[in-house]
Amino acid sequence: MNAVFYISAGVAVLATVMVIVAKNAIHGLLSLLVSLLAVSLIFYVMGAPFIAALEIIIYGGAIMVLFIFVVMLLNLGPAMVDQERQWLPARIWIGPGILALVLVVEMGYVIVRRPNAGISGSVVTPQEVGLALFGLYLLGVELASMLLLVGLVGAYYLGQRRIPPEKGPVAQRGRLP
Amino acid sequence: MATIPIHYGLLLAALLFVVGLVGVLVRRNILFILMSIEIMLNAAGLAFVVGGARWGRADGQVMVIIILTVAAAEVAVGLALVLRFHGWFKSLDADRASEMRG
Repeated sequence: MNAVFYISAGVAVLATVMVIVAKNAIHGLLSLLVSLLAVSLIFYVMGAPFIAALEIIIYGGAIMVLFIFVVMLLNLGPAMVDQERQWLPARIWIGPGILALVLVVEMGYVIVRRPNAGISGSVVTPQEVGLALFGLYLLGVELASMLLLVGLVGAYYLGQRRIPPEKGPVAQRGRLP
Repeated sequence: MATIPIHYGLLLAALLFVVGLVGVLVRRNILFILMSIEIMLNAAGLAFVVGGARWGRADGQVMVIIILTVAAAEVAVGLALVLRFHGWFKSLDADRASEMRG
């Protein structure tokens, strides 16, 4: 089981790095999917099979499908890949990269200083999760449902084609590039 | 089952989070910025699962379910905004949206 954790951790980090350096949106999405599957395997090893399944169903299923539909609707062509190549010269990413490296080293130092403990991988069953979810965290469930409703209404409002692009407020002020 | 040190799980979560952070900072394509935010939310969920597994409690997994909800709502609104953005500016460059001069 240890080997499964280490291998999938390596796959997750590698696939995630491939996401942020991807030029093509669909290639980035496929790498993100690999990363999510690896993290889901880690969840399974850590004794959270319910969350592993949810990760695949919601992240790997629903959210990825949303992304893919948007990429299809935007109809991005090879021009975007060239544009991405122009947008990512080394001098742009080297600064934030070094700063983030400093942050992760600090974070690692803070984590490693704490006393270590082992994760036995004892399984927390979906039954226990459900009891906690609808018992102690019932208010959280209500908040989540309200959040989803707000997301639904917001996405519907933003998604409707109310203003034609050439008549939008930006175009009327003559600033549309 | 063999034990996994809790440090490694937390370090993996921190590493994934920082990779997502670099993505948000570096990319100009708004679609990739959204993907990087998803990576960061996922890393936070991983940290919660590691914490929950350490003590064998279900609370960590409950928090991951709430994070999943937040991610789903965020991505729905965010992608609708991306569509509007592309309709207005004919581009996915996040720097185009500097109308407010913030």
